[in-house]
Amino acid sequence: MAREADLLPGTLDLLILKAVSLGPLHGYAVLSRIRQISGDTLFIEQGALYPALFRLVRQGLLKTEWGKSENNRRAKFYELTSKGRKRLREETDGWNRLVAAIASSLAAQPQEA
Amino acid sequence: MIAYFRSLAARFVRRRQTERDLEQELASHIDMRASELVRSGWNQASAKRQARIEFGSLERFKEECRDAIAGNFIDILLQDLRFASRILRKSPGFVAVAILTMAIGIGATTAIFSVVDATLLEPLPYPQSEQLVSIQDNFPGVGARDVGMSEPEWQDLQHSGVFEYVSPTWFDENNLTGASQPARVRLLIVAPNYFELLGVQPHLGRGFDPQDHSPGIIPEVVISDGLWKRAFGSDPNILSKSVRMDTDLYRIVGVMPAGFDAPGRTAEERNIEIWAATSFYGAPLSDHPPRNRRNLPTAIARLKPGLTIAAAQSRLDALVASLQKQFAADYPQQNGWTVRLVPLKERVVGNVRQSLVLLLGAVGLVLLIGCVNVANLLLARASTRGREMAIRRALGAAQARLTRQLLTESLLLSFIGGIAGLGILFLLKDFLLQLVPEHLPRLNEISISWSVLLFALVASVVSGILFGLAPALQAGRLDLNHALKQEGRVSTGSGERARMRRGLVITEFALSLVLMIAAGLLLHSFWDLVNVPLGFNPEKVISVRTRLPSPNDPKIDKYATAAQEAPFIRELIRRCAMLPNVQEVAIGDTASIPLDESLRELKLISEGQFLLTVEGHDTQSEHSSVVERSSVSPNYFHLLGIPLQRGRLFNESDNDNTPQVAIINQAMAQTYWPNKDALGKRFKSVKSGAPWITVVGVIANARTQSLVQEDVPQIYLDVYQTGVQRLAILLRGHLRAAAIADEVREQVQALDPTLPVSGAQTLNETVSASLAQRRFSMEMVGLFALTALLLAGLGIYGVISYLVSERTHEIGIRLALGASRANILRIVLRQGLGLAIVGAAVGLVCALIVSHLMASLLYGVRPTDPLTFAGVAFLFIGVALLACYLPARRAMKVDPMVALRYE
Repeated sequence: MAREADLLPGTLDLLILKAVSLGPLHGYAVLSRIRQISGDTLFIEQGALYPALFRLVRQGLLKTEWGKSENNRRAKFYELTSKGRKRLREETDGWNRLVAAIASSLAAQPQEA
Repeated sequence: MIAYFRSLAARFVRRRQTERDLEQELASHIDMRASELVRSGWNQASAKRQARIEFGSLERFKEECRDAIAGNFIDILLQDLRFASRILRKSPGFVAVAILTMAIGIGATTAIFSVVDATLLEPLPYPQSEQLVSIQDNFPGVGARDVGMSEPEWQDLQHSGVFEYVSPTWFDENNLTGASQPARVRLLIVAPNYFELLGVQPHLGRGFDPQDHSPGIIPEVVISDGLWKRAFGSDPNILSKSVRMDTDLYRIVGVMPAGFDAPGRTAEERNIEIWAATSFYGAPLSDHPPRNRRNLPTAIARLKPGLTIAAAQSRLDALVASLQKQFAADYPQQNGWTVRLVPLKERVVGNVRQSLVLLLGAVGLVLLIGCVNVANLLLARASTRGREMAIRRALGAAQARLTRQLLTESLLLSFIGGIAGLGILFLLKDFLLQLVPEHLPRLNEISISWSVLLFALVASVVSGILFGLAPALQAGRLDLNHALKQEGRVSTGSGERARMRRGLVITEFALSLVLMIAAGLLLHSFWDLVNVPLGFNPEKVISVRTRLPSPNDPKIDKYATAAQEAPFIRELIRRCAMLPNVQEVAIGDTASIPLDESLRELKLISEGQFLLTVEGHDTQSEHSSVVERSSVSPNYFHLLGIPLQRGRLFNESDNDNTPQVAIINQAMAQTYWPNKDALGKRFKSVKSGAPWITVVGVIANARTQSLVQEDVPQIYLDVYQTGVQRLAILLRGHLRAAAIADEVREQVQALDPTLPVSGAQTLNETVSASLAQRRFSMEMVGLFALTALLLAGLGIYGVISYLVSERTHEIGIRLALGASRANILRIVLRQGLGLAIVGAAVGLVCALIVSHLMASLLYGVRPTDPLTFAGVAFLFIGVALLACYLPARRAMKVDPMVALRYE
């Protein structure tokens, strides 16, 4: 079993937005996509995905539509709105800046005396 | 934003659909996971199980999804409300008491507020009414107020640049003839600009022409809606008609809208029936009115737009100063003439403000006490609900959620109470309005308006929070461990809760003591006033009024002089004396009716007020030169039982041809001729050409002017020497007011069929009516105080009962160890009395402050009246003792065996 990392609080929303940005997905596919793009390293409690999806819909970042899944089941598809796309861009930039800052802090060597 | 509303709609509009979709979405997730597991080699059944496990708690995530949909707080509120109503339904007794308390408190407070709102808060019902003022001329130098103005002064004010309009108002009665019966009508003589000034126009016809400056009385009148309906049967062609007033003919040019009231202090002044206009010069008035003839009794004005009263006042002061310099002869130095601007609303409602504020305060205290009581009940319940709260906390309810739940419960209670209170108010509205004394200004404006409803709403919310806060905060600080460990049904109230309840009872006691003392002081004052020796005997005396006309043309005036009038009065006395059961008859002007307040303003204006100069006195700067005066027939003093002290009464030899004589009361003699014999002294009216009047008799003081003041100086003139217009016929005997009015009318109209007869009233009724406002305040405050006392008694009873039931175990042990029943009684009583005494002490201090604020409402009682304070304090201790005795008896009857097994 691959080592799993706990999600940082607030990052689930970002991951969902990223996962959906490549095209409309239903809930289970969102989860599979996250697992796939993260290389199976992130652990997400499956049920916890849904409250996050509902929240993003309420904020107008995602829109929903009922359709047919790959094996012909009725499923709810989530799609990025233009507002969601903008938010994803901002959050991605913010995240990258944060990571870079933390990485460079951690990489700092003690000054030689 | 749109997304939010769509989400909101998903929750409330498509609730079932949303729920089904959620169900399906989550189920399909689990199915997909299961089929994936099957594909990777799991068998069907265990794959399904595994998928569910991986998903986590289905119900929890569903709930979280629902939370994520908009409008969640509304759902929580509904949930809280549902829960609250379920909980409350389970204890109907408690709920009934709490709702009833709140209904009484909020209902009563709202009722009083509706009166305060209509009278004190709402602006007067005229456009831009804040620009309206009343003009008051005073002579502070001689202690005379409201002395009226003269026609030249009115012109000065109109040209002062301060006012848009100024109109003198001259209240008068008049005889309206032409209808089936001659009727007395209330007439207001005004300037032609009166209706422009108020900004109200007749709803039929027109008002007066404000530019009309023609001399004399304009032969047009505007009538009130009431008179139009009553005397003219709502005749739509009224505008072509004419009326005869005092035999003069006037054309009706307008009918005022229903509900229009003239601005005035008394009911008489407000319910004007006819308006007539004049420019206050020219026959029958003087052609060139002199500056010192102050015959325009009152005046109202509209300030120029944007001008404040303060700014107007300072400009007016400058004007007054320059006028005094310019016409020094007309303004004697010692008078110190001033002209004051008073907001018109202040003049109309000013003298009821204090009583109303007192009532609102009193009823507010009752509401507060009610809140304290319900808070106490809630705390008692909280102690039995401690375990419920603890379990809910243990199961994961957030503390904020529990506090919110409890507050929802109290708000629900107070809302239902408020609605019940409003409901009662609506049902009793007409009955309650009858309780309001008639003299109250703006009575017909009282209604349950939006502002009153808003007040009720705010009162409900505030009360709900007030009484819910203590228990809710308490529950928030619940000690989970301790509460859950409690085995018994009752978690022995934490020390804190008991302290809080004791604090509440003390507050309650203090508050109701304040109310009781206020009520006690008012009652004491009232009692003193009712029992004050009047100095005259009102028993078996009835007064009936009539009025002699004074036409504008003096040539057709049948009663122009005292000599012309005397035969009529003599004959009327003779005829009335022969009526069955009549023992004595006297006739005077209406100012001679003792303690009559219906025409008080009028008396000040034209009858009662007498500006005098005393022979041999240069200035009267040390006392007022205004004295109450009335004209009476010789028998007046005997009929009222006022004893003569020196000199003689009027007799047949005093008439129009003999020198004028006067009888004065002792207060007058002592004020103007101290340490001297007043008999034979002379005084006269300040009017030019007035004759000297000789004092021939001194009578004892009587409270004919005011119940409150004993020694009001008073002058009586002989009715046969003065010639009066408004007559009061006083009759003594075993008479009924209704019957005697008809009999007197018959006699009056046998002499002159054009005379109206009105207002038959026993003297006792007149005396009692003069106390109406005090009686109303006293009754209301008394009622509120009794309610408060009852609530406080219940409060202390509840606390002591609760303490006793809590200490049953301890009492059992004490009894088992040999304590006597008397010991137990003492313990319980001591606890209750302790609370009562602390409460009473706090209350007494507060009451001292309150009673000083209401000093002007008291009569004969000092605000610190020891009798009232001690009496009320003892009453309180008594009530507390009684309230503690009942639970104490239960404590004494505790069976130690049962008590020890208890729990």
